[in-house]
Amino acid sequence: MSKKPENALKERKQINSNTLLLLITIALFIVMYAVGCAMYAGKGFTHVQTFLNILINNAGLICVACGMTCVMLTGGIDISVGALIAMDCMFLAYTMGKGMNAIVSCLLVLVIGLVFGMVQGFCVGYLEIQPFIVSMAGMFFARGMTAVICTDQLSITQETSPLFYAWANLKIQLPAFLGYTNSKGKLQIPYVRIGVVIALLVLVVIFLVLRYTKFGRSLYAVGGSEQSATMMGLDVKKTKMKAYMLSSFLCSIGGICYCLNTMSGSVSQATGLEMDAIASSVIGGTLLTGGVGNVIGSFFGVLINGTISSIVKTNGKLLSSWANIATAALLCFFIVLQSVFALIKSRRSK
Amino acid sequence: MSALKKVTKMRLFLPVFCMILVMVLNVIVDASGGKFFLNFFTISVQNGHLYGRLIDILNRGSEIAILAIGMTLVVSCSAGTDISVGSVMAMSAGFCCMLLAGYGVTSTSEYAMPLIVGVIGCLIMGCICGAFNGALVAYLNIQPMVATLILYVAARAIGLLFCNNMIVYVRVDSFAIFGSYVGPIPTPIIIAAICIVVMALVLRKTAMGMYIQSVGINRKASRIAGLNSQRIIFMCYILCGLCAGIAGLVASSRITSADTNNIGLNYEMDAILAVALGGNSLGGGKFNLAGSVIGAYTIQAITTTLYNLGVSTSQAPVFKAIIVLIIVVIQAPPFKEYLAKARAKRAGSKAKEAANV
Repeated sequence: MSKKPENALKERKQINSNTLLLLITIALFIVMYAVGCAMYAGKGFTHVQTFLNILINNAGLICVACGMTCVMLTGGIDISVGALIAMDCMFLAYTMGKGMNAIVSCLLVLVIGLVFGMVQGFCVGYLEIQPFIVSMAGMFFARGMTAVICTDQLSITQETSPLFYAWANLKIQLPAFLGYTNSKGKLQIPYVRIGVVIALLVLVVIFLVLRYTKFGRSLYAVGGSEQSATMMGLDVKKTKMKAYMLSSFLCSIGGICYCLNTMSGSVSQATGLEMDAIASSVIGGTLLTGGVGNVIGSFFGVLINGTISSIVKTNGKLLSSWANIATAALLCFFIVLQSVFALIKSRRSK
Repeated sequence: MSALKKVTKMRLFLPVFCMILVMVLNVIVDASGGKFFLNFFTISVQNGHLYGRLIDILNRGSEIAILAIGMTLVVSCSAGTDISVGSVMAMSAGFCCMLLAGYGVTSTSEYAMPLIVGVIGCLIMGCICGAFNGALVAYLNIQPMVATLILYVAARAIGLLFCNNMIVYVRVDSFAIFGSYVGPIPTPIIIAAICIVVMALVLRKTAMGMYIQSVGINRKASRIAGLNSQRIIFMCYILCGLCAGIAGLVASSRITSADTNNIGLNYEMDAILAVALGGNSLGGGKFNLAGSVIGAYTIQAITTTLYNLGVSTSQAPVFKAIIVLIIVVIQAPPFKEYLAKARAKRAGSKAKEAANV
């Protein structure tokens, strides 16, 4: 009898610390989307396609946010992702413009991502340099390399690479009952692009990796406490290096998704994307101190970001900067919430 | 050997060494380009203004130097970086121009309000942003980078709202003075010098500098020793915000407008880099204001040199990245250990050889 309430208390505690943040994020997304539907029902916000468009537009960001979450779990940060995406897109556009096969180009981009992550991971893990500084150097390097490849805006057209063009224009249609008839009386069947499929695959794989593999669990362990992780016999340096490699690799996959959307490469592409990814992860309940977080939360973080910008766009009258302000306000809300939870936790453990 | 070691162990060695390296590079480039080899150091007077590459570096580097002062304090006391300074610069510049031109006006040749109101408004805006960051970091115990991420995202957007999403031009001569010349000397240099001197005096002549360092080294211990750690951290962030406000004023006065999208873009990175280059640990604790300032001007010297060499604006970051990487790798403890080990090995093998002989 005496054990029962203790167990109940333990369960409640678990819900309090991590799951609650995730639940709040999901609830907030639903509320926000419902508000959008209620306000702009006449402008097509209620159609399934609007939701799918959010996914299509943010496919790259979903991949990047997954990688960012993995790095943040170890207590690090990777601000080079936006620049790396610009470099990837430019590389794709340039090599395809020179007549390279799309598949070879994409594979090369993935290799570039791995090597880039390896260098960053080596500096963070083995040389013990602060992650912020390392990835800042990485950001400068990638952004500069983009300009070294080419300073003009290059676009990928049907002539330069028919295969890539076909990928980008591939519509994967959903079952017809989700469709609606538009004003001309024509049935519109909702569709997704290939990028969304890639992004969702990445999401599921990373979710499973974090939950069920040795590597995923050691990420949490390293972020929770490096010292205990070392004492448990984990190779902290190697784990950190792997985390950065994973982040840059996923970023390269995200870069391909991004390029499928924009079909071009330019120096100023994806500026500030790293902060979007970090903001999504933080909104999704990942702590920057490490050890706590989940890619599902980051996924909903991305969706919340997308919903905000799509509401602002649908309104049409609001300045685009309101989307940034709304994101920042949400960020503020979640950060304060996290710190309050942390405070309660530390009080309880006392 | 020991004299060399003494020199390399000095706190200002790294920033000064980098600065000298950049200067030597400039001399070599000038000499090989067929120009006078001291071209870099020549200062001439044209149209009553001082003119020369050195002056240009001092002038253009003012904003980074001003930001680096605030950043040094923040890094020292809270072991974190303030990544919002660039955005705050843009926001306060936007606010200043909005006050001076009136809301919704895109171009004006007359003040809507006296200049002093705009200037003070700009500085107060910076302080408010700093206070917001400081409150989150000091009183809610949030990691500095996360806390400042909020304003990094929001401040530029709010600045755009102030300016009604447009570039606001204030075409009045007295506004342009902060970015142009007082007599022969560029005003930004004077403003930066005043900021540096005032801050150095405050930190040296009062106990403030010691308090900040002590909070940075151990927050809990300083609190037990009777310092109000939270208030000191809060104050450091306000000072950092104030510095961002001043830098914003200079930057907007330089172009006599508030280009909120571009003012202070990526300046936070340069400011953090200046602090790291100045030999300060980003882990907090002891700081070195002179190092940060020299670091800031070194960065500007590197940028100017790269432009001189014909590297385009967008390609320059590659070299910056390589320089950053070299500097941080040299400073990394495992690298130092590795070097020490290698040296010991060499000495050991030499001793062995000697014994064998």
